[in-house]
Parts: sequence; structure tokens; C-alpha cells
Amino acid sequence: MLKRLISNNDLLAMKRACEEKLKSDKVRVYVCMTGCRALGAEEVYGEFQQQVKMQGLEDRVEVVETGCQGLCARAPVMTIDPPGIFYGRVTVDIVPEIISSTILKGEVINKLCYAEAGKKIPHVKDIPFYNKQQKLILRNCGVIDPNNVEHYIANNGYEGLAKALFNLQPEEIIKEIENSGLRGRGGGGFPTGTKWGFVRQAKSDIKYVVCNADEGDPGAFMDRAILEGDPHSVVEGMITAAFAMGANKGFVYVRAEYPIAIDHLECAINQARQLNLLGDNILGSGFNFDLEIKKGAGAFVCGEETALIASIEGKRGMPRPRPPFPAISGLWKKPTNINNVETFANVPLIMQHGSDWYKQFGTKNGAGTKIFALAGNVKNTGLVEVPMGTTLREIVFDIGGGIPGRRQFKAAQMGGPSGGCVPTEHLDLPIDYESVKEVGAIMGSGGLIVMDEKTSMVEIARYFMEFVQEESCGKCGPCRIGTKRMLEVLTRLVGGNGCKGDVEALTEMAHVTKNASLCGLGQTAPNPVLSTIRFFLKEFEELIP
Amino acid sequence: MEGKESSKEIDISRVRGIVSKFTDRDDPNLISVLQNTQDEYGYLPKPVLKEISNLMDIPLTRIFGVITFYSQFALEPRGKHAVKVCSGTACHVKGAEDVKQKLRDELQVREGGTTADYQFTLETVACIGTCFLAPVMMIDERYYGKLTAEKTSEIVGTYTNK
Repeated sequence: MLKRLISNNDLLAMKRACEEKLKSDKVRVYVCMTGCRALGAEEVYGEFQQQVKMQGLEDRVEVVETGCQGLCARAPVMTIDPPGIFYGRVTVDIVPEIISSTILKGEVINKLCYAEAGKKIPHVKDIPFYNKQQKLILRNCGVIDPNNVEHYIANNGYEGLAKALFNLQPEEIIKEIENSGLRGRGGGGFPTGTKWGFVRQAKSDIKYVVCNADEGDPGAFMDRAILEGDPHSVVEGMITAAFAMGANKGFVYVRAEYPIAIDHLECAINQARQLNLLGDNILGSGFNFDLEIKKGAGAFVCGEETALIASIEGKRGMPRPRPPFPAISGLWKKPTNINNVETFANVPLIMQHGSDWYKQFGTKNGAGTKIFALAGNVKNTGLVEVPMGTTLREIVFDIGGGIPGRRQFKAAQMGGPSGGCVPTEHLDLPIDYESVKEVGAIMGSGGLIVMDEKTSMVEIARYFMEFVQEESCGKCGPCRIGTKRMLEVLTRLVGGNGCKGDVEALTEMAHVTKNASLCGLGQTAPNPVLSTIRFFLKEFEELIP
Repeated sequence: MEGKESSKEIDISRVRGIVSKFTDRDDPNLISVLQNTQDEYGYLPKPVLKEISNLMDIPLTRIFGVITFYSQFALEPRGKHAVKVCSGTACHVKGAEDVKQKLRDELQVREGGTTADYQFTLETVACIGTCFLAPVMMIDERYYGKLTAEKTSEIVGTYTNK
């Protein structure tokens, strides 16, 4: 049981105690125990613990279970610090050798190292994948044990919240967020401070704060990684938001497909309750707030805010027209603020360091950093955080290591089923909300799938249309019928039965669906088709006799 | 095993405990009740749903509407193991179709189907967020990545007699 904190001084004292406790001369072995589980991380972690015990090394070596370390292509991964060596594709068999050679003698095992152009790079600080990134939001991810709140607090956790509770008025917090330029990371890009302001101004005895963790875009796993690797940052962001808006109850709506994320978040919420960071009279400030997890039941459309609200209320997750916006009438008709996971995770940093510090990262229209889930035909698939304004080339080639198998880059798909593809000629585009929109894609939540020359773009367009057609809730005609008819045409084209006029028909249906659909799902569903027609018209023409 | 229970043998009393846990609250949430019920019974048997309808005073039609809206709910008994193949973008680009085909052949069912011995239910999911290991699948709550057709059948084999 953790000790209740009843003042800011208690928190500071706990921080000092945690720092002291974590200070040691031990070699730390950080093993990713989230995404890497798919390739046997649990066994590797277990073996390390057993070996350390068997060899009597407990006072020299500490094995730490962490969240995502980013370079998922090398899973299962681990870092040994000191001296800061990164190993990938670790197996149970090699664990004794890692202990005897690297940990005890400081010798590098070459075959486990990251390599570029045939050169082995053992140290994290030298690996381009890492040193070209700017890890603000992911600063703790892969470095701390996500299930141990002492790690989070030792790394300045809940300091931003304490500052907000004791040094700032709610209006000042909202000003700070507004001034920071933080925009919604879920894809919409709406200024977060403005959104909070609406809820603050709404008159109501009950208000809600909701975290949208229904990360449904195929190809996106940023929010999953944050929840798994640093869940307290989201909890802290939500408490701060609730205090600023005067809300006393919050929900996190998580996909049921993310069992580890749910598990870690539950653990974090319980710890926060024990520490008096959630509940009544938080840190002795007089502010009350509690959080509850709602598990999704499998419907992509529930990522849309009004559908998400309906789902939390226990109904079919169907969107409704806006206005009224959730800020005025949301959950159970009360003012409700909805932000996504990454947005909330930005808040503690802004509170801690101030908005001026935060603004130094990123571009004029897009402050801060953005996390991308890099996947598809790229060497270093994984989780990447870069300042806004970084070019696609830097992400795909410098950080991502380029395309495997000596193939050529063809396009990057951004924004999943609501986005589009960015072709070679726009590789040097600095990525922020507006620039990506100009080329017909959207930044979206951060899914970035690289396609090589062998990928058929028409087939990808068909794939996305199939996805949205299945996920369309059916409430409004343009989306329900439009996606179905477009899918028919695309399926025919891919199957080799293209007809004259198909491209024109697709374009017309795409515009109608875009303009007439009720919610974001239908309004953006045609984007992949339109973007493919714009950049890869030739591939369509080849399919039409 | 729950999946094999015929409607005659279904023990309705278990659902009463689940519903009472939620009806004490300010928001007696139907979806949470259904999720807990499915965890308990393995699927959502009709007599149990009728009981929920009575206890929560929600028409059965509305409950049915909610169940059919979400992909997670099942009205038919499911297999002991849920095999979820990812058909997300990254998996699609990296050959998820081969994995799916292998599973169809191996288990002799289509997506959504359950094997005759109630060992496996085959499902596809839009994305399980492990795109970096594409193609991936999940069996129950365990992830398997970088699949090939061969590796897939090996993994399924390890579950066959569990």
C-alpha cells in the first residue's frame, strides 16, 4: 500500500525518496514487455531474472520491465545501462552470454547489435533511429517500469499537476495550454486550450473529461504505446484538464483489443488513488476527481466523439449531428471534454516547463512533437517521436532506415482510412497539420505506413474502402451507400474488370460522400480514393481497357 | 466448457450477480453488463439476455440492437480459443492474406466461424496495434508476430490439445 499524499510537500518528499531509492550503481537491464511480447519478451525477461538470482547478482544487476523502446523491428529488444547498449532479437538461450560478456565484462555481442550498412552500432546514443528523434512525450517510455509509480514520480511525475493545483488558477491553466499551441493529436488538430475553454465556460453542476483511447485506425499504435509505457502521464494530464474545467469525473474509453494497455492503466489508476492523486481532496487541494475505464466493444466509428459518448452511455455507438457540441451537451447531456491519449500526455510537460518552453519545438502552426507509428515496407518499423515540421524523408530514410530489399519508396500512407498517400515528390514536405492536408492526406493520429514500388495503390484504396464500408454504422445514407458503391467499383477494377468511366464515377461518388455524410467517418472515407486518383491516376488507367 | 452448454442447462442465476453489480450504480451500463456476461458464459445465450432485459427493464430489442452493433459480442457459443487475425494496413501490405488462408485451411472454418470441436473461433480484427511485427495474430490474449503460413500452423498446433 502506498502512503497517501496530503500536500505538495508530501509529493516533493516522495520524489526525493524515490530518487534516493532508484539511485544505485547497479547495471540496469531494461526489457520491453509490451509489443515485444509477441516475439517472446516474457520468456527473455523471466530468464534474466532467474539467471541474476541463480548467479547471485542481485546487488549488481537489476532487471526492469518497460514499455515500448521504439525500435520494434528488432523485437524482442533490451537496453543495458550503463553503458547504454541496445540489443535486439534477444532469445532465451543467449541471456547467460549477455550476463557473462556484456554485463560483467563490458564486451559487446555483435550479432545482437543494430546494424546499418553492415556496420554494427552498439550504443543507443549512436543509433540514428534514436538520435534523430526528439522524445518529449515518450521520454519515460522504455525507460521506466510503467507499473511502478515510484519510477514516474522520480522522473518529475505529477509535478506539473501540483503546479497547476497550487500555483495556477483554472483560467490560467487554460491560458497556458492555449499559449502553448497544443492541438488535438487524434487527427482533428483542434486547439486544445480553446476546447477546454468552452467546457470551462459551460454552466453545469456536472462536467466530464473523457480520454479517447479507441485507437482504431489500422496502422496506428501510438496511444497503445503511451498507455502501456507511461500510463501515469495520461492520468496526470486528465486530472489537470479536469481541474482546469471544473470536472469531477473522467472516463478513459479504451479498445478491448489492447489488453496490456488496459492492464497498465488500471494499475496506474489504482496507484494514483492510493496516493491521493485521484479521489477526494487531491493532494490536499480540495479538488475531487476520479477516473474510470470503459472498454470498447469493437466498433471503429466509436472513435468519433459523439459515437464514443453514446457507447459510454451503453448504447449503439452511432454519431449524431453537431451542434450541440460535446463541450455544451456531451455525456448524459452534460458538458464534456474529449481529448485523445497523446494530447493528454502533452499536458504534464506544458504545466511543468511552461508554454514558452514547449513552443520552441515544432512549427508555427504545430507546436510540440508528434509520435508516428512507422510500419509497412520500411527497415526500422517502430515508434517514432519527432518535432512537427520534420520531413517525411527524415522519418522514412534517416530514422526509418529506408526501404528493405533494395526496393524504391513509392508512397507513405498517412492518416489511415481517413487519410491519403504522400508520393515521392512530396518526400521533403515538412509535416504539420496544414502541409499534409494540402497534399490530400491528413496527419491523422500518426499511423504512417510505407509502401514500396511493388504495392498496388488501387488495391490499397480498395482495402481502405472495404474497411470503412464494414465500419460504417449505417445511420446516414451517403456513407452507408456511398462506401458500398465505391467499394464495388474498386473491387471490379482490382479484379481486372474495369470499365470506362470508373474513375469519373469514383470521383463523383467520393465528393458526394464527403460532403453529405453525417460524421467524420463518412466525410473522410473517400480520402484514400481521391488521393490515389490524384497521385496514381496511371495505375487506374492501366486497369481500364 | 461453457460453449457447449445447451439452452436447457444454462444457469441463469449467474447473470443476476453481474447485473446487480451494475444496477447499484448511477449509470447501469448495458455494454459493461453484456461484456461481463459474455466473460462469464463465453457468449450471450438468449435466456440470459431475457433475464437481463427483465432485471434492467430494457426491451430485448434494444439489447439485441446493441449486441449486433459491436463486433465483440457473440450470440452463438464460441470456441475455447479466440484466434484473431489482424487485417490492418501494415499486415495487409505484409501478407496477412496468406496467414488467413492458412488458418481457414487448418481450422476448416471461415472468418467468424467456430470449429466443430469448439476449440477455436476464427476472427479478423481491424488492427491490434502491433503493426511493426506484421503480419500478426492474437490467440486469446497472446500476441504472435512476423507470421508466415508455416509459423501460423505451428502456433495453432500448440493450442490444439490445450
